[in-house]
Amino acid sequence: MSLVAYFDAASSEPLHPQAREALLAAIDVGWADPARLYGQARRAHLLLEQARTEVAEALGARPDEVSFTSSGTQAVHLGVLGTLHGRRRAGRHLVTSAVEHSSVLHAGGVHERDGGTVETVGVELTGRVDLDLFAEAVARPGTALACLQTANHEVGTLQPVAEAAAACRANGVPLLVDAAQTAGRMPVPAGWSVLTASAHKWGGPAGVGVLVVRKGTRFRSFLPEDERERRRVPGFENVPGIVAAAAALRAMTAEAAQEQARLSELVAKIRETVPKVVPDVEVIGDPVERAPHIVTFSCLYVDGEALLTELDKAGFAVSSGSSCTASTLRPSHVLEAMGVLTHGNVRVSLPRGTSAAEVDRFLAVLPDLVRRIRQDAGVA
Amino acid sequence: MTEVTEPALTIDAIGKKCPIPIIMLAEQINYVPLNAVVAVLADDPAAYTDVPAWCRLKSHRHVGSYELPEGGWAIHVRRNY
Repeated sequence: MSLVAYFDAASSEPLHPQAREALLAAIDVGWADPARLYGQARRAHLLLEQARTEVAEALGARPDEVSFTSSGTQAVHLGVLGTLHGRRRAGRHLVTSAVEHSSVLHAGGVHERDGGTVETVGVELTGRVDLDLFAEAVARPGTALACLQTANHEVGTLQPVAEAAAACRANGVPLLVDAAQTAGRMPVPAGWSVLTASAHKWGGPAGVGVLVVRKGTRFRSFLPEDERERRRVPGFENVPGIVAAAAALRAMTAEAAQEQARLSELVAKIRETVPKVVPDVEVIGDPVERAPHIVTFSCLYVDGEALLTELDKAGFAVSSGSSCTASTLRPSHVLEAMGVLTHGNVRVSLPRGTSAAEVDRFLAVLPDLVRRIRQDAGVA
Repeated sequence: MTEVTEPALTIDAIGKKCPIPIIMLAEQINYVPLNAVVAVLADDPAAYTDVPAWCRLKSHRHVGSYELPEGGWAIHVRRNY
C-alpha cells in the first residue's frame, strides 16, 4: 500500500500500465503526419485508424463516427456548438440538465450570447434529472439539441439516458451524451446522437478526448475550416496519446465487469459506514443508481477546505465541491441544484486497484479529523 | 410581506463564510420558543443552499429566503422542536 491513497479518479484516473507501454512505443513510431503519403506517415495513419476502430468498438460506434479532440472539455464544446450550428434551421433552443459538467453549461453560455436560448432542467434531491420536465423541454418547438451526462461527476448519480433519449427521438431532437465519468467503466447507454468522453478519466493520458457523431446527425464545426478528423476537430492529431488512450480503454473495458463491481462494493461500504462513524453527515447521490467508483458526503459544520487539508496530511487525495475549495468562491452548481449541503463536502472516487485496506484506513481516520475540525470551530 | 412572520431572533452572519452561518444558527435556534422564526442574514452564496438543507436534515422548517437590499438574504427558519 502506498503512503498516499489516491481517491480522486473522477478528476483523473492514473495512467493504465498498458497505456504507458503503448504511449512509449507510439512516441517512437507514431510521430509523423498521418495525412501524408510516405512510410512513416502511413505508419502513423495506421496507428491512428487502429486506435479509432478500437475506441469505436468499445463505445458502440462506427469508426468513421469517431473523432479525437485534445480533451473531454473540447469534445463537449465542439459537440454542443457544432450540433447547434448544424441544426440552425431546426431551431436555436438548447436543453441541458442543471448538473451537467461546466463545459456543457459554458458552451450553452456561448450559444446564449450568440442569440440562442438555453433551458436548464432541474434535478431531484439525488441529482437525477427530472425526466418529465426534460421530456417537456425537448418537445418545445425549435429545440435543436439536448444534453445529458451518463453519470454526475460530483455525486455519481446515473442519469436516465435511455428514457431521455426516447423522449428526444420522439421529437426528432439529437441527444448529446457526456460519458466522461462512465466510459471504460460501464456500457454506454443506447440512444445518443453525439457522445463525448475523456481519455484521462479511463486511464489514458491527458490531451485526448473523444467526440462521436452518429451517422445522420447534422453537424457543422463552428471553427475555421480544417481537414483533420472529418472536419470536426481542427489541428494535428496527437497520435501517440490516441494510441495510448485506445489501449487504456481496451484494458479498462476488459477488466470493467470485475473491477468496477469490486470498487462498487468499496463505495457501498463507505456509503454505509460514514454516517455510522461520523455524526451529522449527509451521504449524497443515489445509493443504487450510481457510478461504481464515486461517493460524496457532506459534514455539517465543517469547513471543506480544512477537511481536505487534514485528509491530505493523513495521506488521502480527495476532492470537494465546497465553495471554499473552488476558485470561484461559489459552491458547486451540482450541489446547489440538488439542494444538498454544500459545505464540508468530500468526493471520494476510487481508481482501479484501490485496496480494501486503503478504504478501511480512510474510514478509520475520518471520524477524528471531523471531530477535531468541529471542535476548533467551537461546535460542541 | 404581511404574511412573513416577524422573526423572534435575527442572526447577523453577513460577511461570514459557510459553515459559520450554519454553526451560528444551530447554536441559537434553541434561544427562541417553539414555532418561532429565526432570521439568518447571510451573503455567502453557500448559505442560500445550506440553510434550507440544514433545515431538511434537522427537521426544522425553512420558511423562505428574502433578498436584502444591500445584498445577501434574510433566510427564515421556524423552530420545529
